[in-house]
Amino acid sequence: MRKQNKRNLTAPAAKEPYQFQPDDFAFRGSADVTLIDTNFTSENFWKEVRKRFFRNKGAVISLIVVLCIGFFAAFGPNMSGHTYSEQKLTQKNFAPRVPLLEDLGIFNGNETLNTTTGSKIINGYQDKNLTNVYYWFGSDTLGRDIWTRVWEGTRISLGIALCAALIDFLIGMSYGLISGYYGGRVDSIMQRIAEIVNGIPRLVIVTLLMLILPRGFLTIVFALMITEWIGMSRIARAEMLKLKESEFVLASRTLGARDLRIIFREILPNIVGPIITQIMFSIPTAIFTEAFLSFVGLGIPVPMCSLGSLIADAFNSFTTHPYQIIPPIIVLALLMLCFNMLADGLREAFDPKFKEM
Amino acid sequence: MPQFCFVEGEGNDVRSYILKRVLISIFTLLAITLVLFILLHLMPGSPFNDEKLTPAQHASLNAKYGLDQPLVVQFFKYVGNMFKGDFGVSYKISKNTPISQLIESRLPISIRVGGLAVSLGAAFGLLLGIVAALKHNTIWDTICTVISVIGVSIPSYVFALALSYTLGFKLSWFPMLYSNQAPFASSVMPSIALSLFTLASIARFTRTEMLEVLSSDYMLLAESKGISGSPLILQHALRNALIPIVTVLAPLIVDLMTGSLVVEKIFSIPGVGSLLVTAIQSNDYNVVIALSFIYSAMYIGIMLVVDILYGVIDPRIRVAKKGD
Repeated sequence: MRKQNKRNLTAPAAKEPYQFQPDDFAFRGSADVTLIDTNFTSENFWKEVRKRFFRNKGAVISLIVVLCIGFFAAFGPNMSGHTYSEQKLTQKNFAPRVPLLEDLGIFNGNETLNTTTGSKIINGYQDKNLTNVYYWFGSDTLGRDIWTRVWEGTRISLGIALCAALIDFLIGMSYGLISGYYGGRVDSIMQRIAEIVNGIPRLVIVTLLMLILPRGFLTIVFALMITEWIGMSRIARAEMLKLKESEFVLASRTLGARDLRIIFREILPNIVGPIITQIMFSIPTAIFTEAFLSFVGLGIPVPMCSLGSLIADAFNSFTTHPYQIIPPIIVLALLMLCFNMLADGLREAFDPKFKEM
Repeated sequence: MPQFCFVEGEGNDVRSYILKRVLISIFTLLAITLVLFILLHLMPGSPFNDEKLTPAQHASLNAKYGLDQPLVVQFFKYVGNMFKGDFGVSYKISKNTPISQLIESRLPISIRVGGLAVSLGAAFGLLLGIVAALKHNTIWDTICTVISVIGVSIPSYVFALALSYTLGFKLSWFPMLYSNQAPFASSVMPSIALSLFTLASIARFTRTEMLEVLSSDYMLLAESKGISGSPLILQHALRNALIPIVTVLAPLIVDLMTGSLVVEKIFSIPGVGSLLVTAIQSNDYNVVIALSFIYSAMYIGIMLVVDILYGVIDPRIRVAKKGD
């Protein structure tokens, strides 16, 4: 069209003025003219995150495993008909026995014992004529059902981890955001405090706290809370430093927004990604620390149990009755592995450019 | 002339950075000692719980042990004793033995196992990371990634138990429990169990750094100058990739300390970690506090060295930290 016009304009000897034709002009922005960029369509942030997350097979499998473990932690203890603290001293150290599977020759309650004279197979269920008793994961040295105890322990371990992660998130995030936002002297004092707290080994803080406080669920959560908030505060501070000079912050300050509103209503929603990732990373750390404390003898008091205390109990007889230690160890390892992979997947989904460390 | 000024400024920078780090470390250690001191006073009971003592005798005993002085004076005395290595005596584990004596015999064993674990982990981790980076996107790379994910996420005592059951119990290759007759053979399994986390993190980090270095311009330059094979990888690529790896050392050492407690218990190693576990379980407060102090001092010392090392190697860190 333009070419045509040009030719007409530059044409030296035009006999008559150009007559405009109806199709010389068209409305811009009508449905068939508008260019739709299909390569870089703008999509909802969460939709893109979801898409990137589900593309990562490892993360999706981890999510499924974590959900399964969560399901069993919620309903597992009520499935077997035993309770976690009920002891039957006549039925101790029974090997796993599962209905249906026992007909196939596995999980039939047989246990091979190695003695100095050679190995022999014993079966507690047959010796005591218990045809209707089933311990799916076996029974422990006090005659308690391991299935029930494992899921009860998972429930407590997960509970501690989730509580601790949530509290760390609240404390660490606020600390980091405030420190980063105000900057200057506030920041440098807050950072020095954080540096000193960070300089004390976690092991020492947790051990000392557990010595002076009564043992129990809340104490462990408290100990984890004191030690784990620093990572979160660092991430929140770094993100705050990135964002606080940006235009939307200036705009909302110009409109008269107060500091707290800017921090928590304007900036916080923009750093949700790294914060969720950090929460997911702090869950396995909390699970591990709890398991470690229980193993050392500072964990949940009996008859309650956690994955760590189950492993610690079964450790004493793990060469003679290995089946007692296998279920809690597998659940613990799966939880740690899957939460880590889940967190990795989330980090990639939120920030695809992130350099893997 | 301007160049000279620049160099001098640089030197001051390093010095003030180191000074700052040292000051913070000293403050941290003092803070820990203060916490320990307060804890000691919070513990139930007093050293002289005998009801037969008259108030006068109490007073004279207090005077003898300096307990009548103001708390501040007591605190500084306490700090002095701690730094001199006088931690008092153990009450429960072995009665009236000076704690420094208990620790003295156990520390070398822990350090040997820990050192072995770090060297094993670092050597194999570097190897694995380099192989994975050189054979990027092949089966080797996948194997390395899988190993590092598993190693990072599974706690060391799970490995310790697995090793102890398979290599120790089933195959009897190594002693299941530590024996003083065969210190080396019995350190093998605990070191392997402890080293896996180090190995995995270093492998992961080396791989990332190597990939970045390998795709850089100066590698292309080196290659076009005709350098190839192992000199290219070792002198040009690895040396540059190694610098950031220093940063992961600190978290690794923390994990090693925590891991050593449980691993020492599993293999019955007569080291510092198992002493701490026993002390916790038998409520021997003096020993717990002494060991907490030693762990903190070691940890702070290592963090300080790593920080200074990194600041000296990489000038960017210094500047960034200054901006904090």
